[in-house]
Amino acid sequence: MSKRFNTSFSTRIVAAACVLVASATLTGCGQDRDDGVYTVLNSSTDETYHRWDAEAMARCGKRLGITIEQQSVPAAQVMTKALRMASSKSLPDIVQFDASEMPTFAEAGGLIDLRTLGLSTRDIPRGIVDFGSYKGTYYGAARSVNTLALFYNKDVLRQAGLPVPTTWDELRASAKKLTRGKRYGLALSAGGAEDGVFQFLPFMWSNGGDERRLDGPRVVQALDFWKSLLKDGSLSKSTVSWTQADVNDQFMAGNAAMMINGPWQVETLNTDKSLHWGIARIPVPRAGAASVGPLGGAVLTVPNTGDAARERMAGRIVACLSSEQEQLTYALNSWMVPANEKAAAVWRKRVPELQALAGQVAAARSRTAELGAGWSSVSLALQSAFQSALTGQSSQAALKRAQQRATSGN
Amino acid sequence: MTTSSITAPAAAREPRTTVPDPARQRRRRTLARWGFVAPAVVFMLLFFGYPLVRNVVMSFQHYTPKTFFTGHAPFNGTDNWSHVFRDALFGKALWHTLVFTAGSLLGQFCIGLALAVFFNRRFPLGGVLRSLILLPWLVPMVVSGVVWRRILDQDTGVLNSFLGTLGLGGHTPWLTSPGVALLSVILVNIWIGIPFNMVILYGGLQEIPRELYEAASLDGASAWRSFRSITLPMLRPVITVVLVLGFMSTVKILDLILALTDGGPADATQTLGTLTYQNSFVQLDFGAGAVVGNVLILISAVFAVFYLRANRTEGK
Repeated sequence: MSKRFNTSFSTRIVAAACVLVASATLTGCGQDRDDGVYTVLNSSTDETYHRWDAEAMARCGKRLGITIEQQSVPAAQVMTKALRMASSKSLPDIVQFDASEMPTFAEAGGLIDLRTLGLSTRDIPRGIVDFGSYKGTYYGAARSVNTLALFYNKDVLRQAGLPVPTTWDELRASAKKLTRGKRYGLALSAGGAEDGVFQFLPFMWSNGGDERRLDGPRVVQALDFWKSLLKDGSLSKSTVSWTQADVNDQFMAGNAAMMINGPWQVETLNTDKSLHWGIARIPVPRAGAASVGPLGGAVLTVPNTGDAARERMAGRIVACLSSEQEQLTYALNSWMVPANEKAAAVWRKRVPELQALAGQVAAARSRTAELGAGWSSVSLALQSAFQSALTGQSSQAALKRAQQRATSGN
Repeated sequence: MTTSSITAPAAAREPRTTVPDPARQRRRRTLARWGFVAPAVVFMLLFFGYPLVRNVVMSFQHYTPKTFFTGHAPFNGTDNWSHVFRDALFGKALWHTLVFTAGSLLGQFCIGLALAVFFNRRFPLGGVLRSLILLPWLVPMVVSGVVWRRILDQDTGVLNSFLGTLGLGGHTPWLTSPGVALLSVILVNIWIGIPFNMVILYGGLQEIPRELYEAASLDGASAWRSFRSITLPMLRPVITVVLVLGFMSTVKILDLILALTDGGPADATQTLGTLTYQNSFVQLDFGAGAVVGNVLILISAVFAVFYLRANRTEGK
């Protein structure tokens, strides 16, 4: 009797423990989808971006008669978070991916073709449609896009009597002249992350370099140009450890006369009223050559949740968030360029000081256009290459090694 | 409590036997023993066994983002392993991990021990100073990393400015030269690890009976002699614990390096920890990430075996 009791007692304890553990894990998996509530996963962790997004979602939610909630995680975690949600069948209705990551998720079969959800690409320039597409399918609607430009300190350049450089030779000469005391002529990021690669691309692409042939002479020349700036002392040796935010800090602190950076820094730059900055296209190898930068920004996607009705509504939300008016509001807030042509035209008039940026965006290229999901391997190889070259190795040897690494997929 | 209150009436209904069945009693006792062990076993299996097995299995699978949708990860034999081992970066990362671990442990332990011996004597403000030295331990690793990144900046860092005013150059490329970066990362990790080593060793020192030192000084032993012949042998068990725990937390280093150098410049501070991270979460090649993770586990396991054997011989 007592033995039987004991067994049943212990089985019950084990059973209870199992139920507890199981329910704890299952509540994580099973998600109650509320009919009127839709979720967006994005990386708007900054207070300002979070607020702008919340306002836009409130407006669209009101128009569509639903509630839209946002869930924000750091940019580097959007992909892994979305993958985990996919495996536990709890994907949100909309995910905002960095455009360079979108192909990876699309390749895995995780995204819905936005055209089948009724989204149109009218008024969106070809380049930006491609930016949100993978293998010809339009998966991601961009609200705004950005790229890099040359920011310069107007006062410093005027005092030195120098014009804004437009070619590599001018950039090199000006940077050298502007380097004085603890101030460097130019600041850029060559850090070991996507930031550094993003900054190298305008030099590589404007020179005709190809990401499929990292050891090609055009890429080697571009890297040699970076090396020459460092050799002149126009760039800080810390360049290899700086992120783009660090570069902005250096520029604002007066430690750099010019910098390569993007419009997302404008808000911070404007907090210092005594800093008079100007913006220009990134100098090109030869006068007359096109300045080609990388297109950056995020795209709104609808993940494949298997619930057709919700996916249709998600499509309408994306359409609303990327509508002409919402794009303009978002672009004016964030200093980025609207994806929609009509919105961009209005934006140009409203923000004439960023004229140079609009031109740079029109000529910019998507990083994943040629390589798709293979971009991350090339990016890692390239980071290692320019870091090796800037710390002593020859550009040729470093890039040769990078090409081997990229093709072996490692 | 519950068992006895419920079994009592049940036993009353049964015919009372003066001699309880020994076999049944033994079974009961075994069951009770298992009852105590079971929660621990379940916990270990669930939270250690399962991930471990899963990681080993994953290293033989072609595990990509697609797997998260289909749940299908085809086995690909030893492809992941040969792929990782052929990569020159793996050898580099393994070497960096060993140098980093050995260097950090050596520095942390020696300085920690010296400080513990120092604070073992009583002197005014000793307690205050000792608690101040604990500070690095209280600061989150990522915060330390970010702060040290600023301190070690080549142009604007405090350390170089300080060295400059002392006339010691002040242009050391702490984090920006592949030749120096690993050393800098080790130095920061030593700074972080000193308090832990000091506290544990200090505790061990307090346990050593004072009489031993008194007897030694009566015998005319020098300070060095009594350190070598009394302190070190008496501290041995504590030293083993400190080194093993230190090894475990150092060999898998990730957060500090990500905050300080991100594995750069030019992969000069890439360790097995950062390589796993890069494979799994940047390239999303989870199979390759699992391989590097398994190598890390294997290294720790070898060390754990040594530790257990050392413990056993000590117990005898």
